[in-house]
Amino acid sequence: MPFTFTQIFLSLFLLFAISRVVIRFREGILPLLGFAFWLAVFGFAIVIVLFPGLTSVLATVVGIGRGADFVIYVSVSLIFFLIFRLYIYLEDIRHDITEIITHLALENKKRKNARKTS
Amino acid sequence: MDLLIGIPAFNEETMIGKVLKSLPKRIPGIDRIDILVVDDGSSDRTAAVAKNSGALVLRHIINRGLGGALKTIFAYAGKYRYDLLVTIDADGQHHPADIVKILRPVIDNGKDVVIGTRWKNSLKKKFILRYLINQLANFYTFLLYGIETGDSQSGFRSFSGKAVKKINLSSDGMEVSSEFFREIYRHGLIYDEVPVKLIYTDYSQGKGQRLSNAPNVFFRQFLRLLR
Repeated sequence: MPFTFTQIFLSLFLLFAISRVVIRFREGILPLLGFAFWLAVFGFAIVIVLFPGLTSVLATVVGIGRGADFVIYVSVSLIFFLIFRLYIYLEDIRHDITEIITHLALENKKRKNARKTS
Repeated sequence: MDLLIGIPAFNEETMIGKVLKSLPKRIPGIDRIDILVVDDGSSDRTAAVAKNSGALVLRHIINRGLGGALKTIFAYAGKYRYDLLVTIDADGQHHPADIVKILRPVIDNGKDVVIGTRWKNSLKKKFILRYLINQLANFYTFLLYGIETGDSQSGFRSFSGKAVKKINLSSDGMEVSSEFFREIYRHGLIYDEVPVKLIYTDYSQGKGQRLSNAPNVFFRQFLRLLR
């Protein structure tokens, strides 16, 4: 089955995305679970890009009318999930910053006291 | 028994001196009272005024919010092993004489956390919208942690040494007020509340939690549950 230019371009882009995921995993930045998640997401996207007919099969299986609708539902859910994860990540960073600020405030106090007694 | 009175302060140079002056110097049953002001990255002279008024001052180099300042107060109280901790707002809305009132259940009755509740009938009518949002926050707190409270957002609290050790705050902002109830629930701390006098001035109203901030506080609290 000959592929269109768009399909080839999108597939190459997704392969590039997968290569970044593999590099991040090898560098130890991405945990195993994260690696598996992103590999599944991008791998699934490549399959859908190359064989769009599959979406109709999947749509029928899960009870959604059209294949395009199925893709949109899955994408929106995924985006919501990622925004949520991003929010949690930001919260963790805020929390870490506060920990550092608290630590610094206590350390500065200790240093000032030490100077007074020396 | 050693008591630490902790005051989170952000740009409070106008009021902090008066608040510090009005705090009790002696309380029956307490051997030592230390006063700690955590200046949460103020751009005014809050820290200098507090220091000149005789308080211990810890400075946050950047503003982290009410939760961040309270976290530092708890870290200090834990580090220096205070037997009792009282937190009070820096905007002058609490009556310093009530410190004894909110400490008594901790000292005499073995309570771990006592909150000073502010809503008398006359105030409910005067600040009806603020009161209703506070009630909503109380209901929300009850739904999340099963603890009934008359004023979940009050900044006037007393803690036993055990509570100081156990409580671990993670919120930076105003949602920290509800987070105390999560910690009470999580560690099985004994909770009580006592009515306190509220001094509502234009200044303290301007400084208090903004009503428009309430949805954000609820939302962040809810998302924390899903973590």
